[in-house]
Amino acid sequence: MIPLSSPYLRRSNSTRRIMRLVLLSLLPGIAVYAALIGPALLIQILLASLAALGFEFAVFFLRKRPARAALTDHSALVSAWLIALTFPPLSPWWLTITGVFFAIVITKQLYGGLGQNPFNPAMVAFAVCIIAFPALMSQWPAMSLSLSLPEQLELIFGFAPRLDALTSATPLDVIKTVLQKTAGITHGTVQELLMSQNLYGTFAGRGWEWVATAYLVGGVFLLIMGVITWHVPLAFIASMTLIALVFWIIDPSRFSAPLFHLFSGGSMLGAFFIATDPVSGCATPRGKIIFGIGAGLLAYLIRVFGVFPDGIAFSILLMNLCAPLLDSMSQPAVFGSRPQVRVPGEKTP
Amino acid sequence: MLKRPLAFRGGIRLAHHKYESAHSPIASAPLPERLILPLRQSAGRAPEPIVREGDRVKKGDRIAAAEEWISASLHAPTSGTVRAIGPFPVAHPSGLSAPAIVIEADGADEWGEKTPLLDSPARSAANRAALSPEETQRFLQNMGVVGLGGAVFPSHVKLSRAPNTPLQTLIINGAECEPFITCDDRLMRERADDVISGTLFLRDLLEVKETLIAVENNKPEAADALRAALARADAAREIRDVAVMELPAIYPAGSIKQLIFALTGKRAPAHVLPTALGVQCFNAATVYCVWRAVAHGEPVTHRVVTLTGNVEHPGNMEVPLGMPMGQLLALARPRPETDACIVGGPMMGFLLTDERAPVVKGSNCLIARSDAFFPPLEPETSCIRCTSCAQVCPQGLQPYELYWWSRAKNSEKAARYQLMECIECGCCAYVCPAHIPLVQYFRFAKGEVRAAEKAQDMAARAKERFEFRQLRAEREKAERAEKLARAAALQAEKLALAAVTDTDSPANAQTPTTENAP
Ligand code: SF4
Ligand code: SF4
Repeated sequence: MIPLSSPYLRRSNSTRRIMRLVLLSLLPGIAVYAALIGPALLIQILLASLAALGFEFAVFFLRKRPARAALTDHSALVSAWLIALTFPPLSPWWLTITGVFFAIVITKQLYGGLGQNPFNPAMVAFAVCIIAFPALMSQWPAMSLSLSLPEQLELIFGFAPRLDALTSATPLDVIKTVLQKTAGITHGTVQELLMSQNLYGTFAGRGWEWVATAYLVGGVFLLIMGVITWHVPLAFIASMTLIALVFWIIDPSRFSAPLFHLFSGGSMLGAFFIATDPVSGCATPRGKIIFGIGAGLLAYLIRVFGVFPDGIAFSILLMNLCAPLLDSMSQPAVFGSRPQVRVPGEKTP
Repeated sequence: MLKRPLAFRGGIRLAHHKYESAHSPIASAPLPERLILPLRQSAGRAPEPIVREGDRVKKGDRIAAAEEWISASLHAPTSGTVRAIGPFPVAHPSGLSAPAIVIEADGADEWGEKTPLLDSPARSAANRAALSPEETQRFLQNMGVVGLGGAVFPSHVKLSRAPNTPLQTLIINGAECEPFITCDDRLMRERADDVISGTLFLRDLLEVKETLIAVENNKPEAADALRAALARADAAREIRDVAVMELPAIYPAGSIKQLIFALTGKRAPAHVLPTALGVQCFNAATVYCVWRAVAHGEPVTHRVVTLTGNVEHPGNMEVPLGMPMGQLLALARPRPETDACIVGGPMMGFLLTDERAPVVKGSNCLIARSDAFFPPLEPETSCIRCTSCAQVCPQGLQPYELYWWSRAKNSEKAARYQLMECIECGCCAYVCPAHIPLVQYFRFAKGEVRAAEKAQDMAARAKERFEFRQLRAEREKAERAEKLARAAALQAEKLALAAVTDTDSPANAQTPTTENAP
């Protein structure tokens, strides 16, 4: 079909291509993670993907809309993969599917589908599940644990009682418990404590540091491909580094170093893959920077002082809440005129 | 003067597709039997026909005269007979008809009388400054010189000086930033001397400090030709303040605000004319026409048109105005899979709806469309707010917001996001991964905003009129009342006087009633 009006030239690009690039750039992280944890992660990814496509199809079927475009734009797969990567890898199957349901049906489709959801679907899934099933969402297998595939399948799909022995404290759990002992550690730093528990690797949490590094690599690839801009990741990393630095300098026996925070938990995944979600995030350059700063600070505060094991999900959801306001207050200047701050609802002369 | 042009914000790099049509010299299009000349070929008011059916005209004869300041005259491109004056299909995005003069060519192509402005060597050399600007302006209006870059604004209007800001910079726009189009490129290469002479003429007339000729760096031959012509002119008289500047080929480098910024660093704010910044711009082909008119007495009757796209023989042709576009494109031999013809460039042009529509002053390019050259439209999907569009928008707008409000038919909100600052360059739609025809939405919404403004304006004027009437009525009433009061007072006074005189001398008391008596 010929376009009705100019431009008649179009760059060959599509939402599908962008989503595919995002999936592609998650692969290094997935590979490292799966190498450390075992095939359970891949099973979770498959499970979440099938569930996501199934839910999308069901919604479109019920709304009597053609589902093909939606099923092939890969946006549901991105949410599904992020759920699989942020949930504990040995979660029971129904937990993963519940998460996908909240992401796809409640957060995305009920708000109007692709491009309309004010909140990041994967993060809503995480937040809902950690509130509803705090115990299950905190069962992280020890990195050293090596289970055979049948054992992992049994844990995910079976109804066998879950053994507490399987799970261990993540590095982030440890630093939180340290803090809650009011006196802190009487001797040495947090790093030494983690080392004593065999949880410290080369520069951050053992094992997790390499997963985070792989996410960083994938994130830089996204930057180079122009899928994301530098604003959010840079602001996120800078603000998290800064606040961690301040606390670390104040009391290294209770707070850990910035590098540890950047490469633990979901920091890198959050900075490059979740906070950069264009739909639920900010769109103006200045808005993106504020969004990144806010998400970085809140993530640190929640993971260090809050009750949840990590702060990424809640920090990003909180910033999602602010995004429309930030956007409308950070309107860039139109060429030739001065930047103007516009408050929503207020008439500009 | 800037050493190197500045980079403006946004913009995109496009495949040029210039080589196909730029490698061969400008050819002359054969004279068609019938020329259809729409009266309206420029911005502003259409000129009024001054010929009648059956009249014989010669090449260059004026056939329609401008009657208002923002309007330009129209001339016969060849000798022949006026056959009809009436509505004909024209090339316009709306696909409507417009009044036109139809000339049947006699084949002799015989020139009428040429009256150049610089008719004597004395006038053309040292005394150029002695020409009054008004005289030149009226001359150019009568010669039908309008901007040939596409906006077709009458050139003489742009020669008026702004009341407060002296002009500092004259820019000759030879950027030609849209892909495929090469008519200005060939013109600058082949007729550089005329372009330079025209440039110097305008420079002298406007008394500017610096003159910059902008050419995109994908046209090195044109830039070299202009430099060589400039050097030749320099040999005759010293020229220090004219320079050829090569711009990086980033679309839309030729858009006026972006061009002014790149060359002078000045940013034209919304609703501000370049003259207010001390800058004036003319298209290179327009400058050529200025020179042909003032030095040779040739009005605008022909123009160079690029024929390209899916054709066997891409190239440029000098075409008489009024030649049917279908007939013209056929000269380049479109290949079989051609399914449409784009008038203008691929980024800002429109589709030809009627093959009979004639070439006008603003037609710079005809492109035979095929799927191989232009990817077919993909279905529109949801905006994912990826902001690619905002990153490339040269005007610093957020097209996704404009789209959102345009689609919601909330043109007021769209206007608040500066919809009217959109120059319709198409960069945003070019990059959009959701394949949203953004500019299409914007054109529609702009129409809505203009209609709303007009309605508001009319309402305001109606209100004003009403209030004025009211006021006048009141004033009249007041005046009448006053008059009455005054009359009554006078009457009372008179009566009182009469009463007094009455008592004094009864003989005079009758005077008023006997006024009419002889
Ligand atoms: S480029 Fe298209 S999809 Fe991306 S923000 Fe703009 S309109 Fe939306
Ligand atoms: S068409 Fe308008 S909104 Fe789109 S890039 Fe050009 S100026 Fe910006």
